[in-house]
Amino acid sequence: MSREETLLRVEGVKKYFEIRRGLLGEPQYVKAVDDVSFDLQKGEAISIVGESGSGKTTLGLTILRLHEPNEGKITIKDKDITHTGQSDLMWYRQEASLIQQDPFGALPSFFTIYRILEEPLIVHKVGDRIKRREKIYKALEDVRLTPIEDFITKYPHMLSGGQLQRVAIARALILDPELVIADEPVSMLDASVRVEILTLLRELQEEMKISFIYITHNLALTKYFSERLFIMYAGKIVEAGGIRELIENPLHPYTQALLSAIPDPDPENKKKLRDIPHGEPPNLIDLPSGCRFHPRCPYFMDICKTDPPIIERDNDRYTLCWLYVKD
Amino acid sequence: MKLETNETILEVNNLNLSYSTRKGIVKAVDDVTFKLLKGKTLALVGESGCGKSSLAKAIIRLLPRNIETYNGRIVLDGLDTMELNERKYRETVRWKKISMVFQGALNSLNPVLQVGYQVAEPLLIHEKMDKKIALERAMETLKLLGIPTSFVDRYSFELSGGMKQRTIIAMALIANPQIVILDEPTSALDVVTQANIMNQLKILKKEMNLTFIYITHDIAVSSELADSVAVMYAGEVTEIANAEEFYRKPLHPYSQLLMASVPTLRTDKKLEFIPGAPPSLIDTPEGCRFNPRCPYKINKCLKENPDKIDLGHNHYVRCWLYE
Repeated sequence: MSREETLLRVEGVKKYFEIRRGLLGEPQYVKAVDDVSFDLQKGEAISIVGESGSGKTTLGLTILRLHEPNEGKITIKDKDITHTGQSDLMWYRQEASLIQQDPFGALPSFFTIYRILEEPLIVHKVGDRIKRREKIYKALEDVRLTPIEDFITKYPHMLSGGQLQRVAIARALILDPELVIADEPVSMLDASVRVEILTLLRELQEEMKISFIYITHNLALTKYFSERLFIMYAGKIVEAGGIRELIENPLHPYTQALLSAIPDPDPENKKKLRDIPHGEPPNLIDLPSGCRFHPRCPYFMDICKTDPPIIERDNDRYTLCWLYVKD
Repeated sequence: MKLETNETILEVNNLNLSYSTRKGIVKAVDDVTFKLLKGKTLALVGESGCGKSSLAKAIIRLLPRNIETYNGRIVLDGLDTMELNERKYRETVRWKKISMVFQGALNSLNPVLQVGYQVAEPLLIHEKMDKKIALERAMETLKLLGIPTSFVDRYSFELSGGMKQRTIIAMALIANPQIVILDEPTSALDVVTQANIMNQLKILKKEMNLTFIYITHDIAVSSELADSVAVMYAGEVTEIANAEEFYRKPLHPYSQLLMASVPTLRTDKKLEFIPGAPPSLIDTPEGCRFNPRCPYKINKCLKENPDKIDLGHNHYVRCWLYE
């Protein structure tokens, strides 16, 4: 993997949602994404893993500028898009696209598959009728929905979940984007179909040199389809690194908990209880001070109530944890 | 409580269930036979649309109206339940001997009822129990599932997903059934919450000697609880084996491919997928139902559907390769 060309740079991005209780109430903030930074190389696939409510989806939508960040900076190909107005974002919409979790909800039910794929081309004024037709056929061929003629006249309700997700992928790729964010792209599908769809995405990503961000809660699958892993907890990235290193030697206690919660198919599993922390992720309005995992952490120390430092290791690995501070 | 390990609690023999629809007859459960020992867990695995939930509903007799055939023998704790009429079944069997946690039920909690009352409801309605006693029982059951007693007067929207699922499981346990059917009880939850609930189920299984039928498409999670595994494909059980044999060496080509599609964290293996999709239950392929997707098919597979082949030690497989 060449590391020369950075496609996307996310620096200290914060996304807070304001809520007010009552007319004169003090505003409160849901700190969905709190000071997140990372770089994404051209053609690289990374995974952002976290539980529901960890802010991973908000982070994805903020990178796509479907939310405007409160603080921080997002640059793509050296262009700053942090606060670009919606009307000036048309070009970015071609560069970056989204694959959503639920293909049944993501595709308009009253359009045929052909029309669904034509829509982005019309909006972005790509080519004429004939050119568009070529692109649609090519896209369907890329996602292996063949014979094409059988599919283009159908409506979404006539397809299976796996087929619909292929249409969603074709739509996400039809404008030849450089960045694709896939938010739980397979969590609604059967185990075997998951592998089929992710294998297809991986092939397309490598073939077209697209940069990919997978947002998921399924850590076991990420190992097969991306290179680097970012673990998110309560709005912050608590650990990052190469996938294999991170799985073999997790540093942050939350990463350790997440890993030990995932079973491999093994008849020995039923003989023992899993060693995992109790409790649930915190409310994003009323966060614990310091390290956000401290109320659940088995290694809690008093110092954890103050903000943990970034501990850097080799190969882009880092974690936010007091355990690794040498005194 | 007696701890006899060889006591059969449930026996299902040649169970069939089909519905009639406008498009034709859906054979959802086709000639299913298995036995379940007290205190043991059977995992029922397979892709969506293979009849797992239909089999569960056939066992607990919660059937749709458009039924075409429903026959076979179900012996539950020595009682032939097919002999009972619906009223008798409802009064003596359902929820008291066998209960079920439905898929996605955590989203169907009543938002205007307090949690404790909802859990106690089966006792209030079926057993006409005094409200105070019923609520106490509800509290005990919730406690068993790790929900603090202070939660009884909360409403469902005040609970997290994990708490809701625990509440639903408490509802299934409230009338002291011997068998509980769990239909995808953790598939909507996060991994850490899922692991917590699986821990709780393991404790219940051991301490109360409960028998579970655990339906899931997630083979990795099924290994947390299963003593034996039944694989369903196109309405049929294609393989039944004890857990030790199944997770280490599944025999039916469908079981092998399912296993190959499971991502593992701790071992390195190549992930594979099964090309194609399960057949429609209205129009199943001739011969072995898996033959259009099977990499090992021989001529015979196209013509004749294999019967159950007994490989000894309670391992059965429907596949010509093992004839």
